[in-house]
Amino acid sequence: MAYLDHAATTPMLPEAVEALAAHLTVTGNASSLHAAGRQARRTVEESRETLAEALGARPSEVVFTSGGTEADNLAVKGLYWSRRDTDPARTRVLASPVEHHAVLDAVHWLGEHEGATVEYLPVDEYGRVHPEALREAITRNPHDVALATVMWANNEIGTIMPTRELAETAAEFGIPLHADAVQAFGQLPVDFAESGLAAMTVSGHKIGGPYGIGALILGRDQAPVPVLHGGGQERQVRSGTLDVPAVASFAVAGRLAAEQREWFAREIGALRDDLIAAVRTAVPDAILGGDPVDRLPANAHFMFPGCEGDSLLLLLDAQGIECSTGSACTAGVAQPSHVLLATGTDPDLARGTLRFSLGHTSTEADVEAVAKAIGPAVERARAAGLS
Amino acid sequence: MSGGVDSAVAAARAAEAGHDVTGVHLALSANPQSFRTGARGCCTIEDSRDARRAADVIGIPFYVWDLADRFREDVVEDFVAEYEAGRTPNPCLRCNEKIKFAALLDKALALGFDAVCTGHYAKVIVNSDGTRELHRASDMAKDQSYVLGVLDDKQLAHALFPLGDTVTTKDEIRAEAELRGLAVAKKPDSHDICFIADGDTQGFLAKRLGKAEGDIVDESGTKLGTHEGAYGFTIGQRKGLRIGTPAADGKPRYVLDISPVDNTVTVGPAAALDVTALRAIKPRWCGTAPTGPGTYTAQLRAHGGETKVRAELIDGALEVTFTEPVRGVAPGQAIVLYDGTRVVGSATISTTTRATAGVA
Repeated sequence: MAYLDHAATTPMLPEAVEALAAHLTVTGNASSLHAAGRQARRTVEESRETLAEALGARPSEVVFTSGGTEADNLAVKGLYWSRRDTDPARTRVLASPVEHHAVLDAVHWLGEHEGATVEYLPVDEYGRVHPEALREAITRNPHDVALATVMWANNEIGTIMPTRELAETAAEFGIPLHADAVQAFGQLPVDFAESGLAAMTVSGHKIGGPYGIGALILGRDQAPVPVLHGGGQERQVRSGTLDVPAVASFAVAGRLAAEQREWFAREIGALRDDLIAAVRTAVPDAILGGDPVDRLPANAHFMFPGCEGDSLLLLLDAQGIECSTGSACTAGVAQPSHVLLATGTDPDLARGTLRFSLGHTSTEADVEAVAKAIGPAVERARAAGLS
Repeated sequence: MSGGVDSAVAAARAAEAGHDVTGVHLALSANPQSFRTGARGCCTIEDSRDARRAADVIGIPFYVWDLADRFREDVVEDFVAEYEAGRTPNPCLRCNEKIKFAALLDKALALGFDAVCTGHYAKVIVNSDGTRELHRASDMAKDQSYVLGVLDDKQLAHALFPLGDTVTTKDEIRAEAELRGLAVAKKPDSHDICFIADGDTQGFLAKRLGKAEGDIVDESGTKLGTHEGAYGFTIGQRKGLRIGTPAADGKPRYVLDISPVDNTVTVGPAAALDVTALRAIKPRWCGTAPTGPGTYTAQLRAHGGETKVRAELIDGALEVTFTEPVRGVAPGQAIVLYDGTRVVGSATISTTTRATAGVA
């Protein structure tokens, strides 16, 4: 079995499993005042400190959530509401068109239900938002922009955004920039303080931690309106009893992700380069998606002309190779990726995609399996055509 | 896998028999979003999830294939055009011929699969010389060979019907599904035309074809009333004619003929519905085409009874004579010929010969 879908989820690190299991046997609500509560709170706060350190943030900037989707929603909706509350003129939302659906659909919702004017920033052929494009959009009217949101690195095609330059540009106008860094964490140097971002999303299960836990790294001067109301946990921004075992496990995974990042980028990056070379040898007309150089080290994304991505997926799955088309489904029907369409890719070509994403358990054998299977699979998928 | 109990059990049986099975659900609506609000027929998002759930339990991969464009062109548009032309089509036959055992089969073969396996109740028998025969299911009450009568031997060579041998009631298939842990065991059957979710065929046609007022006349041409679209009628229909004046003999009147050319619906007594012969075009044979005249049993609609006929292929069309007159035969319907339980072939009825009123 060659598991090459780590961008969807990656196996938990043994240390993270250990931390999760250890804390599952301990009782204690981190909001309680008694000894059990104090013990739970200590675990949470130590975890917060660990994660903050791994991300170049202050502990008070770590707001735990149920995962990346919730963190994205909190950032996008919460900052929109708070900025508009301060000045009703601020109704414009600037977003890259290549965002994950957790951001894209939240932004769209603001347009449908909250009177937001959503403006999608132009991207280049690799799906990158250039700081000049952001500047152009802002300077048209700097006073009506509520927030901007541009992911740190793209989950489908792997292109890395110039996050620091974008944040600098936004900050010049006092506009908060949010970045979904779910894919970047563990693969790229992610330093919140240095980035100049107002808010940043990370997720547990993409870095070897558990499912159902994530965080919004939130600058101390940002006070988004909550999406979830209740007990006032997490800076009054995200109510709900904390999942102490998940928090502890997430922190362990986060620390290891930061510690092993250079090793990961070098070793897994080399394996990824081998995979790209192998696919190009087997299928010379395969087109690499995303920036050929400035991309996530574990991401290999291809377009295979004349193929349906689904057909390739089916054929590789039958060979024990697990990967993804990279794009979302609508009612189970594969749709051309919105990311590729935004980069100006031909819609037919955008249907024939595969995303191989490597991770900490990837091996040379995984690459060899792809090298062997991809040629015949593409040949068959081409025969089946675009139905 | 439609998301229903039959295809789920068929997939489970095929997997159990040692086949390397992949579940495929067909997305047949042009706009997948509309599934969410659509009434419960089939092909909704919920059905697709039910199918996927069954595939997961069986332990087979599962994919949704989008054949909406082909389905619209080959089945839905054909259905509307046939009604517009005053005929009564059967979209399920058309779907089997053009989608399930054509578009779907072609794609599957190209991807390296050997056959399309469905939950139809029918049997494929392989002869010692390798030729294949399509037969009625062991359980006549469940038999669906009629809607498969359009398959030719090339299509049959790649068809698998694991439910065909079952002599059982639906309850027993449900019990088997339950035993296999398939949650669709208790799901209600779907009967209606799948792309008309609310079951209102007339409403669907009215929306597509618009109102076209015309006359309702008797056999002599005397105007008895008006209608809002000839496509709204089926030959043999009695209800909903809304004719003010009763027939001279007081007997009920039936739709005898639909003429789209002058948008006229002709009504008359039941006896005038008796058909003694018909001509059917576009024959398709499950094997070699028969030569010379032959005696067969024929089925004229899904769930219809059998009737004895003599049939002969003349100039590419099938000339059929009934031993006893039959009623309610409409152009557009398929006639499927059987030799015992074996499906010989099918053709689309183009004209009928009435016992009393000549050719309609």
